[in-house]
Amino acid sequence: MWLTPTLRDLLWQAALETAEMVGLAGAVAVIVGLPLALLLLTTSGQGIAPSGWINRPLGLLVNAVRSVPFIILVVAIVPMTRAIAGTSIGTMAAVVPLAIAATAFIARLFETALREVDGGLVEAAQAMGASRLQIVTKVLVPEAAPGLLAAITVTLVSLVGYSAMAGAVGGGGLGDLGIRFGYQRFMPSVMVTVVVLLIVVVQGLQSLGEWLVRKVSYK
Amino acid sequence: MTSPQIAGPTADLSTTYLVSLRRLHKRYGSASALNGVSLDVAAGEIFGIVGRSGAGKSTLLRCVNMLERPDDGHVLVDGQSMTDLSEVALRAARLRIGMVFQHFNLLARRSVAANVALPLEIAGVPAAERRARVAELLALVGLAHRADAMPAQLSGGQKQRVGIARALAARPRLLLCDEATSALDPETTAEILNLIRDLQQQLGLTVLLITHEMSVVTAICDRVAVMEAGVIIEQGRVFDVFTKPRHPTTARFVSEVIGADLPAGTLARLPQPATGEQRRILRILFAGAHATRAVISEISRNFTVDINIIAGRVDEIGGEPFGVLAVAAYGTPARIAEAIGWMHELNLVVDDIAGAAPEREAA
Repeated sequence: MWLTPTLRDLLWQAALETAEMVGLAGAVAVIVGLPLALLLLTTSGQGIAPSGWINRPLGLLVNAVRSVPFIILVVAIVPMTRAIAGTSIGTMAAVVPLAIAATAFIARLFETALREVDGGLVEAAQAMGASRLQIVTKVLVPEAAPGLLAAITVTLVSLVGYSAMAGAVGGGGLGDLGIRFGYQRFMPSVMVTVVVLLIVVVQGLQSLGEWLVRKVSYK
Repeated sequence: MTSPQIAGPTADLSTTYLVSLRRLHKRYGSASALNGVSLDVAAGEIFGIVGRSGAGKSTLLRCVNMLERPDDGHVLVDGQSMTDLSEVALRAARLRIGMVFQHFNLLARRSVAANVALPLEIAGVPAAERRARVAELLALVGLAHRADAMPAQLSGGQKQRVGIARALAARPRLLLCDEATSALDPETTAEILNLIRDLQQQLGLTVLLITHEMSVVTAICDRVAVMEAGVIIEQGRVFDVFTKPRHPTTARFVSEVIGADLPAGTLARLPQPATGEQRRILRILFAGAHATRAVISEISRNFTVDINIIAGRVDEIGGEPFGVLAVAAYGTPARIAEAIGWMHELNLVVDDIAGAAPEREAA
């Protein structure tokens, strides 16, 4: 047998932890990142609600989070993690820095996708008497849907990679298992299994994302 | 509809103006797009603004529905001062002003029917009512059979029909057309212009359009304003501006339509004048009453000037007959000058066409 039953249990456990971290952090990133991206876009100089007072600090914050190497972010925000997750160790503790990093990451990707929407469409909606909220909900978000979905795919794939660093706070997950058993205990079979599993997961996410993009691109 | 305190020099109180623009100014940084433009558009007319790109016509059009806010001046639409409206009131006012765009600006991910329904959704019209109105509109523009198509599946002309249906969805009185046919081929352009003309008559619309093509103006406009460098340099009835342009820029626009320039080869093949005679290449505009008079044969008979017709066409502008002839006139300089004088007496517009062969002096 390639892996002992114990190791298989550990692998299953790790896969669930990865799914938990990626799923929760990804969900937070999408839910917080989309309004953030809309705020960044609409308050910019050429936006539909220009406001330097909102745009500049927000842009600065997003860039600051994106500048900090993830492993440093994980340890730097431990107090905040404890306040939110109630603990600074374990899978839930890893979700907090993952969610923060992913939110900043996806916000810029979303912003770029939304910026791709032809300004003429926004102008047409304005000429019809649309409110800013209507422009966002009826024009910007639906027209940017393929780009937004592609951004979600990229973010989830990146999260799978980032989650490997969650071991630093005992977050577990596949990457952590690979490091502790495959590398530190020198068990190549575990390392290979982990890597193959990660490839399958990432490939699956990518394919699902691309399928969804195609589905919304043409009717 | 024009309130007296802002009535300008062109305001005529016996006419109902749907749009009145007064002394509009707009700058972008150091560049000025509008330099005190005043304009009145009468209810029920098709008014064209023609100009090169950068003349300010696009900014002017956008000031009507406040997509661009003028730095200074007044915009009155249907008696409402657009510049003073609150945001909510402005949105309500915009709903009653349809707008058609050069690049159609259809939502790529909505069907034809859903695109047309968009202004109704924005206005909060209930779904059942929306469906009925959309069907009505698509029938109006001849696209009932493409209701479920996506914009990417349509030709340019069909896309613009959708754009027009969408612009008319909320039953506006005023339709703004921003280079509505500039992205279309000539045949489709004619179709779309006819559609606009038909709908304008059928629905009693007022249309304000901007274009860089004089042919669009002559095809459907009642009145025209010519813009250059942020000011209106000439305006009036299309027929008048067309037949008697006062400003050189206007004359250039006019010559685009009537084709003042002849191909070089044509001139080279024309016979040279006999010794002591002169050859002048003339462009004669026949307008109104004299459009049907046998001017050419009268000249030959009465002035001993030979006329060689090189090119010609007859057209209607603003519903009035209009003809243009390019001719080579052969005769003594005095005789030709007399003939031209006589044509001037008939109120014909006669010009020497630039690029004509040099005259041959008597030996």
